[in-house]
This record gives sequence, structure tokens and C-alpha cells, in this order.
Amino acid sequence: MFGIVLGVSSLVAMAAVITGMEKGMKESMIAMGGLDKVRIDDEDVPLWQDHLKDQSPGRLVKDVHALQASAPLIRTISPEMRLDWRGTRVTRQGKSASSSEVVGVWPTVLEMNLYEVAHGRFFCDLDEEFANSVCVIGTGIRDQLFGSPEERGEEIIPLGEIIQIGSQPLTIVGMFKHYESEQERKLKELAKKNAQEKPGGVKRERGWSGAKKWGDAFWRKNNVIYMPLNTVWVKFRAASNEDGTPDPRLTDIDIKIANLDLLEPALQQARNVMLVSHNGINDFEFDTQENQINDIRTRIRNMRISQGVIAGLSLLVGGIGIMNIMLASINERIREIGTCKAVGASSEAIFMQIIVESIAVAMLGAVVGLAFSFVLVELIEIASPAQNSPIITKSPMILAMVFSAFVGVVAGLFPAFKAAGLHPIQALRYE
Amino acid sequence: MALVELRNIRKTYHLGGEVIHALDGVNLDVDQGDFTSIIGPSGSGKSTLMHILGCLDTPSSGSMKLDGMDIHTASTRQLAKIRGEKIGFVFQFFNLLPKLNVAQNVELPLIYQGTPGRERSKRAMLALDMVGLQDRAKHRPSQLSGGQQQRVAIARALVNDPRILFADEPTGNLDSHTGELILETFCKLHEEGRTIMLVTHDPEIAALTPKKIEIRDGKIAQDVDAKLSGKQTRFQFKRTTPSSS
Repeated sequence: MFGIVLGVSSLVAMAAVITGMEKGMKESMIAMGGLDKVRIDDEDVPLWQDHLKDQSPGRLVKDVHALQASAPLIRTISPEMRLDWRGTRVTRQGKSASSSEVVGVWPTVLEMNLYEVAHGRFFCDLDEEFANSVCVIGTGIRDQLFGSPEERGEEIIPLGEIIQIGSQPLTIVGMFKHYESEQERKLKELAKKNAQEKPGGVKRERGWSGAKKWGDAFWRKNNVIYMPLNTVWVKFRAASNEDGTPDPRLTDIDIKIANLDLLEPALQQARNVMLVSHNGINDFEFDTQENQINDIRTRIRNMRISQGVIAGLSLLVGGIGIMNIMLASINERIREIGTCKAVGASSEAIFMQIIVESIAVAMLGAVVGLAFSFVLVELIEIASPAQNSPIITKSPMILAMVFSAFVGVVAGLFPAFKAAGLHPIQALRYE
Repeated sequence: MALVELRNIRKTYHLGGEVIHALDGVNLDVDQGDFTSIIGPSGSGKSTLMHILGCLDTPSSGSMKLDGMDIHTASTRQLAKIRGEKIGFVFQFFNLLPKLNVAQNVELPLIYQGTPGRERSKRAMLALDMVGLQDRAKHRPSQLSGGQQQRVAIARALVNDPRILFADEPTGNLDSHTGELILETFCKLHEEGRTIMLVTHDPEIAALTPKKIEIRDGKIAQDVDAKLSGKQTRFQFKRTTPSSS
């Protein structure tokens, strides 16, 4: 029975942990923009078009317009022109901050990358038209330049403030919502609690150490600076480049598919449109998040399998334990069984009695195991409060119950056969 | 027609190559309303006889009829059904289930017959009433004295209104006074018209019953009181007054 308890609780608890991890993965998936997001990347031209390489136009705003006009299976298109690949410094009054990206975008980026403007506004068509020097920042930039709410004790909304990127001043017109994972939120709460417990303690360094930053989707999401696409083009790209020629190419075209079921047709449509606008030169490719999803799924499946093996083994051990219990209990009660037979119990009745009893023992174990799994999950949460918290779901519980009942039946079979097969007289006379 | 008819019943055991004839050609008729004791020294085969009579065991050869049904050809399932419906057992060691209370113990045969719960408890209370233990229905067997436990066992044997009642040394585990009370209970049941067979090795107890069968070496040796010839296996005498010991 102890085995059953162990098996059930480990099954449920591990399922909870995995569900928690799954949720964390999905969270960061969504932070990156959801499953229906597809990026159009630059790609070397294929071998048979090698002679056309020089004429490869790259991804331009022209492509975006073409896609908008001719690819109805695409819901949203968001062109991006990145100022620098990564780590562009942003300064204000001697303070500087590192951003995850400084990008020129269209307002469609909000839907594309799932951003929400919490304070101020996003760009309007006039900003785009006039290439206004405005920007919308993530809370991470605010934290770096103006101080985070934790440090300052109040939330600073730096609307109207001017920051500088290189030599260009930009007015902050909006700030995004703060994004954080479940994990981060908990970490913060914990830090807060600890701070309350020991006031005046060492001031905690908030945020993330450099190496970890780039791996964290939420850090990247919070440390963006968005400008109108035209602003980047006119104020940064058109003026200067390494070799002095302006570079009109977009760094990124993100598209969102209208219907995920129609992913393949939509990509084909986009490819056709792009091929026309690129004069037939196949210098682009589509990068879906499918690969990543598959990877995550494989990992989850592997975890599930190992979990199943562990739970199955302990349930097996539990089953053997139950069989032992039942055999011992039958040996103790041989005379009782004989009495039951003498007063008219058929072998089938005795058989059923033992099976039911065995199931009852197994189910009792399962119920205790379920209760124990809740305790276990609590313990896991206490032991590592910053991790993705385990989520107890119904289906592993039901599975565990059904499986323990099954174990109960199987474990009861042999004892039940033994008891049912006893000869009434021998059973009655058994000492 | 007799309630029970045994014809040339044999029962043999094989013990390490040695063949033991526990019963060696027994002919016996039991009529409705008989109160018979089976007496004999240990190893005489009286218990084996009772087991066969009580459908707990099947004979190696010979034929047996109970209430018009052939027993020697019945399957174990049919035997269980017959035991449940037509036969009541009282054992030397009471054989009550310790985890059940008195009423539940009495209900046990009805449970295996599939009697509905309400009727079950009604009949159990009636049976307990017959042995005068209605007020102990919720007690555990361990809370009762030996005599009371045996009376519970009798109630259990009576609850399915059996055609025949078997008692295997019912007083063997009781002191003489309590034993007498139990025997009185049997006498009372006999007066009510029940068919009872009582196995004992004690001649004094056997003397209380109207009929007596003595078993020796697997054969019916004689009937002490009937004074009939050994060939005659049909007992037709009326009830005798219990001889004082």
C-alpha cells in the first residue's frame, strides 16, 4: 500500500511539476509572439541563382506593401528596421542603459509581438510620416535610466522625457506594460518578503547578470525601444552607414498567419508575393516557431515518459505489496472463509469479496497518495519558490486512481483465486 | 420420502499411498422432524459423515438425496447454493466473524443468497429472537460469552429457515452448564419441528436425543435405543424421553 501511496503521489506531483514547466515554456513562447508568428529571414540565394546574387534586393518596405496588398491569408505584417543588432546604448543625463533592441516599427508591432502600451501612446501615422523623434520604451529601459519602482519606492512614468541614442534625442511618448514570468514575479515577492524580514539588509541587485539576460525572453521584451520605422530610416540609416551608403533594407519582416491551420498555404502565398517583388530571386526564407515548439514538445514528452516509468514502477511495487497484504489476510482468515462457504458462499462470491477488498486497499492507498501529492507539491514550492510553480491537474489524478484500481484488481487476483479454491472442510479445520 | 437419503456412501482418503476408508458403505435415512445424534469415537468417520450430509463434501461413491435433489452429482456451485438455502451449521468453535457484529453475523447466509437488506435485518432479528439474544444485536462476538456466541451461531444457522440443522460438537467448547442450555435450545427447536443432526462423542449428550446413530470404522455400528437389526437403516421410532445421566 505504501508503494501505491508513493506511486500515486509521485505521479500526480510530477505531472504537476511538468505542467508547471510546460506553462512556463508556453509563457515565454507567448512573450516571443505566439505560435502563429512567422519571420521572413534573409537567405543566400540558391545555387542556380548565384549569378543574380548582386541583384538581390533584400527585404524592403516594398515587400511589406506587396504582402499587405496581395496576401490575404496573412493577418498582420510588421516590418522592423533595427538600429543595431544588440546592446545599443541609450543615454540620459550621464546615465546609460543597454537595450535589447532599438527598432523602427509600424504600429502593427503591438499585435505582432503582443505588446500593450500602459502609459502614454503609441505612434500615429503623423509620427511615421514626419519621422518624428519619438520613442516608446519598455519598463526595463525606464528602470535603467530612471530607477525601478523597487529602488525608488514609486513608479516613474517618464513620458515627455528625452533620451539619446547616439546623438539623436528622442522624446518618450509611451511606455509598455511590465512583462514578467510567473517565476520572476515570485522571485520579486520573495525578495520583498525577505527585505521585510531583515530591513536595512544589503541592497539587492535587481535584474539579471549579463549572460542570463539574452536568454530571457522577458528581459528582452522589457528592454526594447521602439521608434517609427521612418524615424530610424531618416534619422539613423539614411544619414550614416559604415561605408557611407544608406541601407534601406529591413532587418526583419514578421507576419502573422490568419489561421494556423492554413499555415502552409499562407506561407506559399507569401512566398509567391515575395518572389514577384524580388524579381524571382529567392533570397528569403520563412522561419516558423514550429521547430521550437516541436523541441519543447519532445522535451515534455521525454519528461512524461520518465515520470510514467517511475510512477508505474512504484505502483507495481505497491501492487506486490497489496498482494502480500491480501495473502496474509487470507491466511489469517482461512477459517472465516470456510465459515462463509459453509453458510452458502459460492466460490465466485468469495472471489469477488477478495477482489473488492483488494481494490479497496488500493484505492485507500491512492487517496492517501493524492493527499500526499498535495503535500509534496507544497514542499516543492517551499523548497524552490522561484521556479515555475507546479500545477496540480485533474487528469493525472484520475489516471492515478484508475491505475491503482487496476493494480488492486491484478494484485487481488491470485489471493482471490486461492481463497475461492479453498475446500470448505479444509478451510474450516485450518488452525 | 425421507428428507435425506444416503445409499452406500463411501469416502476414501489417500494418505501417502495408504487408503483410508473414512466412510465404508453408509446407508441412512433422516426424516423430517428427526432429532438425531451421531456418536462415535474420534476417527470413526462421524465428522466425515456430517460433512457429506451437510453438503460440505462429496462422497467418493454412493448416492445421496437431500429434499429430493441428487447431491452426489451436484457441482460445487450448486452445493454452495444448497448449503445456503437448506442447511444450517453450528460449529464447535462457533466460527463467528470477529469483525462483524452479532446481527451482521446472523445476516451472513442471507447476504450470499442476495436477500435485500431490509428483509435481511428483519429475518436476522427474528432468528436472534428465537435464541433470546435480540438485545445483543449490535455487540461484537468478542463481547459475548461462549454460550451466547454459540446461540448467535444457532441464530445464524436458523436465519435462512433451513430444512436441516447440523451441529458439530456444539457443546464441546463450553462448560457443562452452558452446554446444557445450548442443548435445551436444540430440544426446543426440535419441538418446533426442526430436523436436527448433532455430532458428538459424548454418550450423555447422545442420550438426550430421540435417535442415535453410532459410527464405528466408517460404518453405522448400531442404533443404541432403537434395538433394530443392523441391516435396517431406517429409523422409525418415536421420540424417547431423555434418560437422566
